[in-house]
Amino acid sequence: MTPITVRRWAWIHKWSSLICTVFMLLLCLTGLPLIYHHEINHLLGNEPEAPAMAADTPKANMDTILAAGKALYPGKMLMYISQEADEPNIWNLTLGDNPTDEGFKSIAVDARTAKVLAQPGFEGTFLGVMFHLHVDLYAGLWGKLFLGFMGLLLVIAIVSGVVLYAPFMRKLEFGEVRRERGPRVKWLDLHNMLGIVTLTWALVVGATGMINTWADLLLKYWQYTEMAEMIAPYKNLPLPKSLGSMQKALDNARAAEPHMKVAFVAFPGTPFSSPHHYGVFMNGDDALTSRMYKPVLIDAQTSQITESRELPWYLKALLISQPLHFGDYGGGWMQFLWAMLDIATIFVLGSGLYLWLKRGVQVKAPEKKGVETEQAMPAYATEGEAR
Amino acid sequence: MMNTPFMRLWGAPIVLAILTTIGLLSALLGDGVWDLLSAFTLGVPVLCCAWYGLRRKT
Repeated sequence: MTPITVRRWAWIHKWSSLICTVFMLLLCLTGLPLIYHHEINHLLGNEPEAPAMAADTPKANMDTILAAGKALYPGKMLMYISQEADEPNIWNLTLGDNPTDEGFKSIAVDARTAKVLAQPGFEGTFLGVMFHLHVDLYAGLWGKLFLGFMGLLLVIAIVSGVVLYAPFMRKLEFGEVRRERGPRVKWLDLHNMLGIVTLTWALVVGATGMINTWADLLLKYWQYTEMAEMIAPYKNLPLPKSLGSMQKALDNARAAEPHMKVAFVAFPGTPFSSPHHYGVFMNGDDALTSRMYKPVLIDAQTSQITESRELPWYLKALLISQPLHFGDYGGGWMQFLWAMLDIATIFVLGSGLYLWLKRGVQVKAPEKKGVETEQAMPAYATEGEAR
Repeated sequence: MMNTPFMRLWGAPIVLAILTTIGLLSALLGDGVWDLLSAFTLGVPVLCCAWYGLRRKT
């Protein structure tokens, strides 16, 4: 690599990382508790628990379950109902003043007794605050897209960092940290070592995080294209005044996809459905298919199936990028390693910032290189050379 | 093979990249033993961070 090329890449690395570093530090710090959100909720007592009953206790009628939730908020409408894959005894109901209400209420209902178990709060709780700071900075879609752009800068910073790894490390052993050469050289070596070791993980988590910020846009596109095709016959019909049986709707969906289970149902008017349909999203039960959803559109008045089709590639890509970002697909060890790699990334970001703040401070290296290299390379690049 | 300048510089990073990729994908494709494989392969970069970051030359 010529000195001029190194300098260009160093410029790219400096600016892409300088702009995103503060936000990336925020994302790493807020992401850490989010890795353990289930455990934290459990500890804080915010996780609804279904009382133990015989395993073959029959499930309550779905319409009774919905009625129990609606009785708490007679003025509100149902937005979503969902189940966690590992908790078939609880239905989580979301109600709002309109189908896209951001101040929605959550209710956990026992799937067997149709009794309300809890009303888990989210906004204003510790995890709620962490979530917003991590996902949208309390600024909705624009906040998400802004953080997505920061993610793009991170990806650029990582790629340019890899390019710069060669000229810095030519004379060093892998993982060598020159502690005896003062704090700046020590932190430069730590930055390079931690950066190259965590490279693939940081690149994957950064890129999938960026993809996740486009979720709203991808869903909108899906609604305007595939969803519009599926519901074309309903185009000029009046909106449903009263909704049909949810139990019947779920029975029909399960009969159509006997090997899948219901993950969530989107009510008419929400981003995951049409104004005329229940969007029943089903998934499989092995590692990969449990991450994929198959939407079954059900007429919200008759509870009959309108259509069911595979999700398009871009929504599949979005769904696959979620576990790769969350690190929630490999059990406790993966959560722990995710947290450790997150902390290593905090060190990479912090040391990078430190190296920039101390950029004027030159090491007193007795064996300095010739004038030619000194001028052609940025100051910190020559430090990698000098030994 | 490991003695060429290229491999001396990039050998370890390439091995770590391959291990991380295996770790990220295996848990996605299956459970049980696949999760275990993922834990071992993702554990290598974490151990590397700790080892190279904390060791003192004697």
